[in-house]
Amino acid sequence: MSALNKVGEYTLLMQKVLTRPDRFRETCKQIVREMNNLGVSSIIIVLIISFFIGAVITIQIRLRVDNPMLPKYTTGLVTRDILLLEFSSTIMCLLLAGKVGSNIASEIGTMRITEQIDALDIMGVNSANFLILPKIVGLVLFSPILVIFSMIIGIVGGYMVSIFTDLITTDNYLYGLQTFFVPFYIKYSIIKTLVYSFLIASIAGYYGYYVKGGSLEVGKASTDSVVMSSITILIADLVLTQLLLT
Amino acid sequence: MIELKSVSKTFDDKEVLKSISTSFLPGQTNLVIGQSGSGKTVLMKCIIGLMTPEKGEINYDGRNLLNMNRQETKMLRREIGMLFQNSALFDSLTVLENVMFPLNMFSNMRYKERAERALSCLDRVNLHDIGHLSPAEISGGMKKRVAIARAITLKPKYLFCDEPNSGLDPKTSIVIDQLIKEITQEYNITTIINTHDMNSVMENGDNIVFIHEGKLEWNGSKDKIITSSNKKLNDFIFASNLFKKVKNIEIGLMEDEG
Repeated sequence: MSALNKVGEYTLLMQKVLTRPDRFRETCKQIVREMNNLGVSSIIIVLIISFFIGAVITIQIRLRVDNPMLPKYTTGLVTRDILLLEFSSTIMCLLLAGKVGSNIASEIGTMRITEQIDALDIMGVNSANFLILPKIVGLVLFSPILVIFSMIIGIVGGYMVSIFTDLITTDNYLYGLQTFFVPFYIKYSIIKTLVYSFLIASIAGYYGYYVKGGSLEVGKASTDSVVMSSITILIADLVLTQLLLT
Repeated sequence: MIELKSVSKTFDDKEVLKSISTSFLPGQTNLVIGQSGSGKTVLMKCIIGLMTPEKGEINYDGRNLLNMNRQETKMLRREIGMLFQNSALFDSLTVLENVMFPLNMFSNMRYKERAERALSCLDRVNLHDIGHLSPAEISGGMKKRVAIARAITLKPKYLFCDEPNSGLDPKTSIVIDQLIKEITQEYNITTIINTHDMNSVMENGDNIVFIHEGKLEWNGSKDKIITSSNKKLNDFIFASNLFKKVKNIEIGLMEDEG
């Protein structure tokens, strides 16, 4: 029953969020600010994680798939597909749910407990729309850039393995990257990320917006938002994979 | 003028406000006083429209808040300024941006005009050259004054103050009280202040409404409050020794005059 209440509350909140802003100019400014706060500030962590995961996937594939029946370019091919299909979208968004989701929930939650949201409401501003919409739009607009960076740097990580170790030759790795390449995988990955970004920002916004109490509750809301976003992302992954790839 | 007619509010079968009727006049500082849990915050929330009473009328110059549609409520809120207990300044904005915020949202002024208006409001509350600072960098008293400046940028007709002196030293409290009083008279605003600070009551109480257990127990001015014979009111205001002494002096003076 409590879960159903939450779904209902979330839906009603989204009705308030996804409306025409009171002042388009102010919302645009907020969107740019959020793209910087949520997106640009996440680039470094995305690049670092993608580089190392790309390198580790390459090593693991090379070590586990050691079968003379398989062509030598298999490592590059499998690394590419793992990065494009799952890592750069789903795993990266799970990481973003931790970093960005907790940031959004704690920021909005603190605004709630310090009466800043009440101040907006009393001024006649649609506080849900003013606070949450720019975060959703900012993250959704910036996430494809993060995905593309993640894909490129992940592949570079694998390439570095081919240069600095003797596990795989550079030629085999590069050949593997180009073999049986399906351009739709990039589109698929970006579509998934757009959905995940919406879920991360809106769920975190929901948990922050309805905080009651003090700093402990803000912390709890922040944790709950990360847990709920992660679960929702995994469910959405299953649904989107079924819808887009079968 | 804000007029309340038989306003009642219930939470889970508990009547928090019991048929409150009173009026708050413009140009006066109207104080709502009462013990913690007496219902004064709920009353203020009902007047502002953050809560909806089950019964009664809340008339803003003849316009009943409870009969307004969403658009009318939105328009009314632009006539309202609010000073929160902990100032509620936006942390992500500078002091100047905080004061400019209502203008950014609701006026069609150009940036220069908005900035000039915001600076004049900051000047009005005696704050100069702090526009570039963030709320975290200024003191509690300054925050209250910035919040007052933000509340008056749109030249409101109604000003609500929730515990404006909480967390302030006595000297700063008096500065804030005087500022609220001056602004109320200058702009002819209907000001309602929620407080349990008796110094504030004696400084600012043009019209005082005493709420006890959700019921309007006493209504009058600061001149009459000391000599009132209402037992519940006396229990509340003479809880401190200071005011017991003030009462004795006042009675002594009256006897001398008599």
